[in-house]
Amino acid sequence: MPMQVELVSPERVVYEGEAELIIARTVTGEIGFQEGHIPFVGSLVPSVVRMALTGGGVQHIAVHSGFIEASGSHVTILSDIAELAEDIDVERARAALDKAIEARKADDQDTAAMAAEARAQARLRAGGDQPA
Amino acid sequence: MPGGQERALRRRITSVQSTKKITRAMELIAATRVVKAMQRANAARPYAAKMTTVIQDLAAGGAGIDHPLLRTVEKPAATAYVVLTSDRGLAGPYNSAVIRATEREVMASQVEGKKYRLILIGKKANDYFKFRNYEIEASFEGMTDSPVYEDARKVAALVRTMFTDGSVDEVVLTYQEFISMGTQRVVIRRFLPLESMQTVAEQSEADAMAKALYEFEPSAEGVLASLLPRYVESRLFSALLDASASEHANRQRAMKAATDNAEELITKLSRALNRARQDAITTEIMEIVSGAEALGDGSEDGIDDEPDVARELVAAGVGVPADAQPSGSAASTPGGAAGAAPAGGAQAGSNPGPFGQGSHAPLPGDAQPKGFPIKGNADSMLYHRPDSRSYGVTGAEVWFDTAESAEAAGFKLANTHPKN
Repeated sequence: MPMQVELVSPERVVYEGEAELIIARTVTGEIGFQEGHIPFVGSLVPSVVRMALTGGGVQHIAVHSGFIEASGSHVTILSDIAELAEDIDVERARAALDKAIEARKADDQDTAAMAAEARAQARLRAGGDQPA
Repeated sequence: MPGGQERALRRRITSVQSTKKITRAMELIAATRVVKAMQRANAARPYAAKMTTVIQDLAAGGAGIDHPLLRTVEKPAATAYVVLTSDRGLAGPYNSAVIRATEREVMASQVEGKKYRLILIGKKANDYFKFRNYEIEASFEGMTDSPVYEDARKVAALVRTMFTDGSVDEVVLTYQEFISMGTQRVVIRRFLPLESMQTVAEQSEADAMAKALYEFEPSAEGVLASLLPRYVESRLFSALLDASASEHANRQRAMKAATDNAEELITKLSRALNRARQDAITTEIMEIVSGAEALGDGSEDGIDDEPDVARELVAAGVGVPADAQPSGSAASTPGGAAGAAPAGGAQAGSNPGPFGQGSHAPLPGDAQPKGFPIKGNADSMLYHRPDSRSYGVTGAEVWFDTAESAEAAGFKLANTHPKN
């Protein structure tokens, strides 16, 4: 039994489809959803959401924090920024990552740089590229 | 004068026409932008709706009401106003309506002894309040035309900080709500503190009740803490999108009205121009006609009509009567100078004119015989004194010494003389 998945960013609905299994990472760790999961709301960290699509194949989505809500056969992911793997500009993400790492080197407590680094890494992972 | 008026009218028509081109272009641009803005507002709706759903779930899950963004104060001491206007004008009453509503609110709250803080979005609001020496907390530009979420995040962060650190007790949002293409209206909405969770949840109570209890990760409070700030952003973002759609709709309407007005003005001016041109043509024709008339008096026989025949007549007039008349004139006036000037008398005797006493036949080359200043036109039987307008152009078939002699010979005074 597939689940209805909706990926919603503030500007638009990014993705709508059916999936057998959805794996996301919340602040406490990774969690997987299948049909009939207990109603659940969790905060996401910048990471990659993986979905096993009904028709076969895997869809990767980079999310930059947000929420996941599951109830019955419905999963909704709310994220400030959500990008499908195929929409990610890998080159740009890598440049952003390098810049963030540089900034971290200069100032270890730079939270903005840390966030940027996490975002860039999520992007690169979703884009199918292993960060250095 | 008429030519000048025409030129001025033409210039105005050209300028109105180019203005019309601009307003028409702006109208078309605004029309496409308003559609885009509406689409964006619609696209952003699911997020806000889902947010609300999650909040309902949280309420049902018994999340605490103790969040800084939910802090409600009995008597607010300071209010922050977030004013959404546009950066550019030419949008009809769009900006002024929002600004006026805000100013009224601010004044009312001052009367109540509350403090105000202004957070102005859009250049127009900033210009207005700055000019009037209001205290401006912050102003943003360049985000109203087509707002992105990042803009909402920036403003929301500021507002949130002001609210949570207690420098204001409530935040009010004023903007033009987009209801339809034809209707937008100014709304003044409490933005913070957020309605309590129960209020949000009650909006669809039956739904919330039917739902099973949720599991939260990390905890209901933890989720709420990261959700509420986003909820604020999301609400501000939808307000921004709404305002942007309203702005473009207003601009389209204003520009349509301007284009219509320009068209009307052009029609009116063209009519005035045509009238002026017609007037000028009429005047010109009148001038030509009267000029021709004036010329006509002197030239009917001699110059324009049949110069050769006239010459012959003149020649004949000189030749024939000259033979016949000497005896007559000598006989009728033995003295030869009964009523004539001395010089005339002398000449009349030697060269008596074709029209009897006091007249003189023309001399070769149209020279004036001495003592005979009056020109006679034998065809029209009119005579011209030297002060006649046509004196110079009149060919004289006969010259007279005085007007009386001319009258006696049956000539009439030509109408080309100055009237007394």
